[in-house]
Amino acid sequence: MSRAEAVRRASPLWTLGLFRSELLTTFRRWRTLALLGVLAAVPVLVGIAVRIETGDGSSAGGGGGGGPAFISQITNNGLFLVFTALAATLPFFLPMAVGVVAGDALAGEANAGTLRYLLVAPAGRTRLLFTKYAAVLVFCLVATLVVAVSALATGALLFPLGDLTTISGTRIGFSEGLVRALLIALVVAASLVGVAALGLFVSTLTSSGIAAMATTVGLLITVQIVGQIPQLHAVHPYLFSHYWLSFADLMREPVHWDDLTKNLGLQALYAAVFGSAAWARFTSKDITA
Amino acid sequence: MGEASVREPDGAGAEPGVRAGDGAVIATRALTKRYRGGQLAVDGLHLTVPEGSVFGFLGPNGSGKTTTIRMLMGLIEPTSGTAHVLGRPMPRSARAVLPHVGALIEGPALYGFLSGRDNLLRYDSADPTADPRTRRVRVAAALDRVGLTAAAGKKAKAYSLGMKQRLGLAAALLQPRRLLVLDEPTNGLDPQGMREIRTLVRALASDGITVFLSSHLLDEIEQVCTHAAVMAQGRLITQGPVADLAAGARGRLAVTTPDPADAARVLKEQGVADVVVAGDRVTGEAPERDLAEVNAALVTAGVRVRGFGVERASLEDAFVALTGEGFDVAG
Repeated sequence: MSRAEAVRRASPLWTLGLFRSELLTTFRRWRTLALLGVLAAVPVLVGIAVRIETGDGSSAGGGGGGGPAFISQITNNGLFLVFTALAATLPFFLPMAVGVVAGDALAGEANAGTLRYLLVAPAGRTRLLFTKYAAVLVFCLVATLVVAVSALATGALLFPLGDLTTISGTRIGFSEGLVRALLIALVVAASLVGVAALGLFVSTLTSSGIAAMATTVGLLITVQIVGQIPQLHAVHPYLFSHYWLSFADLMREPVHWDDLTKNLGLQALYAAVFGSAAWARFTSKDITA
Repeated sequence: MGEASVREPDGAGAEPGVRAGDGAVIATRALTKRYRGGQLAVDGLHLTVPEGSVFGFLGPNGSGKTTTIRMLMGLIEPTSGTAHVLGRPMPRSARAVLPHVGALIEGPALYGFLSGRDNLLRYDSADPTADPRTRRVRVAAALDRVGLTAAAGKKAKAYSLGMKQRLGLAAALLQPRRLLVLDEPTNGLDPQGMREIRTLVRALASDGITVFLSSHLLDEIEQVCTHAAVMAQGRLITQGPVADLAAGARGRLAVTTPDPADAARVLKEQGVADVVVAGDRVTGEAPERDLAEVNAALVTAGVRVRGFGVERASLEDAFVALTGEGFDVAG
């Protein structure tokens, strides 16, 4: 009976097909590649600038005064370019890239009309939202690793590599330093979890990808400005960017975990709050686009 | 909520959809949608689409067709009333119902930076009941069915509107379906493409698939559909078999003659009402009696008759009779 044949037995694993498709779609977008290209260029620029600046034997950053963290150490050890590049991109470039991808996640699909076809496929609203968030988190990790790998390659090319001195003054081996660098990259990626959730929530509010991206990036700038105003120190601990630069504590010996755990806790809180808000909004929304 | 019944528990032929004795593939009861602005888009709709029919959904722009389709597909929550698709309530049972439904809603929407084939692969992977092992084969079959095999590798943004429309149709045909919802499927197609789509719709219908087809082209509905419903300003005006709808507007008797004045006089004597003379054509409402006698009376009276017959009422006549306005008037 043809009717009986039409009954399909679905495997729970098939549901992951959407995640795979989502990753492919995200990373085949020209915009995603352009963002990653810009992120890869930052360490190269920093590396070349430090190299030119210190060509006469002076140390970078005017003796360690200004500039991003660790910049004065780069000439001694190229591995420090990884830390410098992450410290330079974390306040703005990385979260902006994440904001663009997260803001566009659902609003872009609504804008193109593809959202209605995904939903009648049927992707399922909760499943689609989780898939989108998972893909944005993968983008957070990939973006951070792109910065780190580009910085490591540039550092290895332009500067010597070797044992390094931690902030506490102790010396650790190069391989130990590489492990710390990877850990720092993971912490930086995890620092973007909150922005990603915020962007996804904004993305559920509108059917215009551009509006969602602009709003998310605008919120990011606002938070960064508020974080700079001393009179508003009461709200500072609740800003998702407040503990971002705590990743430097991984370069202490022993590691200071206080701010690191506070950062991860705050990111988890943002993910929970804005993730729930996005879910509440997206699962009850009329899809008219 | 009822998720257990999503997976069919056994192969005993128990389909998730149609309950015994319930032949309606789509059934709405007092379905109403009022948008937040207060605009009443759909007003108390009672729609019944019989299984196996090719159902034409007619109405001018803004009459609530698309809102209705979106409610049926679970994209929009009704303000009140119920909608059942394949015997299950929407949007609550969307996950169980929609894998059996192929849809083309308000034109195709594609990822321009992906090829036609990759677009279909993406839509197919969005369906959790679609087997990834057969995905490429099914995508190739769907592309072939709409004649896009040669263009499958091209980026979708390079497609013409007609090709996009075909790709949208292919997406609706990725799986064996029980219901196809096609919103203006021939939009943007050339006459050859329109014929192909009609042929495709007929072929699908003969496979036993119910086709729910919205269109603004009345002759398209007449050519393809077995049943039709007419909407205007959010309300359902009528529904039923196409033949009955057309018969609702009585056919007109038309006589072509070089003697229109005499013919009009004789026709009135024979009991023909609403006689209208236009050039050498005289038309009027067909009387109940045998038309052969009417013709004999004309000839006996010396009226030279070139043509004599009843013009079957078109759906357009029916529509005008129902709404009192032309079809192209926007609501």
